[in-house]
Amino acid sequence: MDNLLSIICFVPLLAAAILALFLRGDDAASQRNAKWLALIATSVSFLLSLFVLADFEPGGGFQFVESGEWILGLNYKMGVDGISVLFVMLTTFLMPIVILSCWEVQTRVKEYMIAFLALETLMLGVFMALDMVLFYLFFEAGLIPMFLIIGIWGGANRIYAAFKFFLYTFLGSVLMLVAMIAMYIDAGTTDIPALLEHTFSFATFDLAGIEVVGGLQTMLWLAFFASFAVKMPMWPVHTWLPDAHVQAPTAGSVVLAAILLKLGGYGFIRFSLGMFPVASELLAPLVLWLSAIAIVYTSLVALAQTDMKKLIAYSSVAHMGYVTAGIFSANQQGVDGAIFQMISHGFISGALFLCVGVIYDRMHTRDIDAYGGLVNRMPVYALIFMLFTMANVGLPGTSGFVGEFLTLMGMFQANTWVAAVATSGVILSAAYGLWLYRRVVMGALIKESLKTIKDLTAREKWIFAPLVAMTILLGVYPALVLDRVGPAVDDLLNTYDDAVAAADIGGTGTEVASTE
Amino acid sequence: MSSADFTTLSPEILMAVYVMVGLLLAVYTAKDRIAPMLVWATSAFFVLIAVWIGFSGSGDAEAFGGMFHDDAFSRFAKVTVLLSAASILLMSQSYMERRGLLRFEYPLLVTLSVIGMMVMVSAGDLMSLYMGLELQSLALYVIASLRRDSAKSTEAGLKYFVLGALSSGLLLYGASLTYGFAGTTLFSGIIAAAGEGTASLGLLFGLVFIAAGLAFKVSAAPFHMWTPDVYEGAPTPVTAFFATAPKVAAMALLARVVHDAFGGVAGDWRQVIAALSVASMFLGAIAAIGQTNIKRLMAYSSINHMGFALMGLASGTAFGVQAMLVYMAIYVVMNIGTFAFILTMERDGVPVLRVDALNNYAKREPTKALAMLVLMFSMAGVPPLVGFFGKFYVLTAAVEADMAWLAVLGVIASAIAAYYYLRIVYYMYFGEETEALNGGKSPVLWGFIVASAVIMVIGVVNLFGIEGAAALAAETLVN
Repeated sequence: MDNLLSIICFVPLLAAAILALFLRGDDAASQRNAKWLALIATSVSFLLSLFVLADFEPGGGFQFVESGEWILGLNYKMGVDGISVLFVMLTTFLMPIVILSCWEVQTRVKEYMIAFLALETLMLGVFMALDMVLFYLFFEAGLIPMFLIIGIWGGANRIYAAFKFFLYTFLGSVLMLVAMIAMYIDAGTTDIPALLEHTFSFATFDLAGIEVVGGLQTMLWLAFFASFAVKMPMWPVHTWLPDAHVQAPTAGSVVLAAILLKLGGYGFIRFSLGMFPVASELLAPLVLWLSAIAIVYTSLVALAQTDMKKLIAYSSVAHMGYVTAGIFSANQQGVDGAIFQMISHGFISGALFLCVGVIYDRMHTRDIDAYGGLVNRMPVYALIFMLFTMANVGLPGTSGFVGEFLTLMGMFQANTWVAAVATSGVILSAAYGLWLYRRVVMGALIKESLKTIKDLTAREKWIFAPLVAMTILLGVYPALVLDRVGPAVDDLLNTYDDAVAAADIGGTGTEVASTE
Repeated sequence: MSSADFTTLSPEILMAVYVMVGLLLAVYTAKDRIAPMLVWATSAFFVLIAVWIGFSGSGDAEAFGGMFHDDAFSRFAKVTVLLSAASILLMSQSYMERRGLLRFEYPLLVTLSVIGMMVMVSAGDLMSLYMGLELQSLALYVIASLRRDSAKSTEAGLKYFVLGALSSGLLLYGASLTYGFAGTTLFSGIIAAAGEGTASLGLLFGLVFIAAGLAFKVSAAPFHMWTPDVYEGAPTPVTAFFATAPKVAAMALLARVVHDAFGGVAGDWRQVIAALSVASMFLGAIAAIGQTNIKRLMAYSSINHMGFALMGLASGTAFGVQAMLVYMAIYVVMNIGTFAFILTMERDGVPVLRVDALNNYAKREPTKALAMLVLMFSMAGVPPLVGFFGKFYVLTAAVEADMAWLAVLGVIASAIAAYYYLRIVYYMYFGEETEALNGGKSPVLWGFIVASAVIMVIGVVNLFGIEGAAALAAETLVN
């Protein structure tokens, strides 16, 4: 099939359109139909994406490429390479689980399903787009369904969270738009593969009396950074994330943590590292230190949380700190590890939010103090929760370990001090993870309200089963990911090193740590 | 003067004849009782003329020694003006009728103002420019105060008249300076006198005054003061008209004056336009945040949008003019949809204009709420909706003309402006249940709301081909 990627990408949107146009009424039957259609569409999308994975050739550059003319000299161009193919897989894999996890939602079910289906199309589009403006289109459009998901189905303080989420990310992204236009004018194309080969000027120039080292590349890099850092999110622009997570419904949190946060990391690798190597090299110390601060600071903040979702949200920020540090270490282990960490975090954080959702559905509170001793009545839940807590901490044998270890290894080569600070985050994450687990699951069951709580239903077990399998599988056999990622990262870094060497940044009088 | 001159002018002449026949017919027959029929006839007539202009004309023609141009640029603007005026007339019929405002003069005055606009966009001389402008303005002053027994409507008309007269004064002063220093009122003469890159100080003074006078008409900050009051005071269909056709005409006129008459000194007027653009974008974005009346909000929103359109013009290139035209066309479609929605906002037949009256609207009217959601996100410039492409065009034009700073300021303003568009969505979807709005059963309005929302969505495929037409139009203006 020539346009397999487009089909995978737009099947969910097609289902959303069918729901919007043809499904009438809000009774139990139509709600059930909406859920089943959504489940079928996301599953079809997943099954089709398996063909992509099967036919994908590691190290073969961009594959499954399709291209067509569009307005304003832009192209509709889709394709995947070793960096993006696994994100596509992650998305298609998780979406059926997300749909299943909101099986019990009762309010405005049809709209809920439409929002998630549209969101899947947009997220897949981001990873598949090979035209810069098409990328931006998908990247930004994802804000609309997410704004509605938080605002309509969220918790008590959802309005504030929805606005904060939207305006924060929107402001970041519009600056990226200006940078994209500048790139278009400089390179004369919006084609991502062509832009990856284009060298943007890095000659130092004066801007209003300030000397801009790295010139145009630095300006563009900063504009992209404004967008991706917010999306990631990096300290100190992470504050929208805990609010959004806490107020979003369970399925919304899962999508947010497992997939949407990865858009920023993907963007860093594709654009910042791939297109502005000189600026990345110049500004890497900034990112490394911000990441180190993020890891330690947000881990400490997580320790102090009383709301389970907030705790996991802060732990996500910390884990994204490893990702950014890994990316800007700009070596094979670092970037490989960052991608691995993102994939693994997709499974683990998604599962953790689902774990919170399970007991929230039963007790309608996320307050840690309201629980305790759940192991007595919910042994299966306790086991699953423990597995994902351990994976979040980075226990060897789970996928969390591989990502953390590789990124730390990458960091160590780039900047030993940053690696030392970041490693302390491993200890802190064990502290907040285990403490959370102890307070919620262990101990005697003394609270009256918990005495009738039920263990996982069959549906819930089926939701967790694939996540458990993936977490352990990737933990013991990481080559599954690394074999596909490796060659693409190798290519990327070769170009990167060549560009940095050619630029001879030392000559401008700036101290830059060499990657050699 | 030859018969060819009249052939070039024939759409305008035909429309003038139509107005006079309509007036006589109405006065000597049934008066206001034929008004509904007249509204339908007039909008059908507009559509016919638009089709005629759009499909028949090709190439450039001049009439009366260069006072009147018929070229691709004027045709693009005329078609936009005519189609938006036709839409607004159709939208206003039931609203005006139920409030006893549907007098037979209404469609005829609209026609007169449209003739004025068509002359404006074709003007090749300061005289024809002024005549078109005044014909348009005088008709608009009258329809602003169409609701004679309402103090607010009268106030709106008066304010509009006094400030409009002031702006005409500025414009005339500029025109007289220009005439004094260039020795001619013909654009082709002025551009010769202004020369390449240098112009006498007097001529520049004239340019600035003409630009200020036109800035009043497009309601660009700092000449925007009349906009919120007039928007609020005028009957809603009239407000919808103000927000669309006259804005297109005035913007096109501004483009024509700066390029046709002052094209040689682009460096001078680009700064002026850029300053107007920045001021409008930020004023429109920030002042709208506190508004509770949706018509006032739309007034500030239109100021913000004019800032973006001016950004295209400020780049001073053919691509910039093309971007401006595309932007204005998209803006008009969005505004028609939004005002059709505002026209349906009523409770027991009384218009309700408070934004918070939209609370929980999505529960009762899911289709219309969804359409409005699309329109609001499109206005905010969120992809993949067409509003984004309008912004993308003008930003590209600005960056291409080495005005990246203008583009950066523009996107910051657009992020601020996103807040109040989101607020409308917030009320519709997240709000608490309150007294419900129950108006708006009109199928015509429903059709306009849904159609414009659908255009916002499927326009992403190829923008309905207006790109090429706009490019052609811009080409004839800037060469």
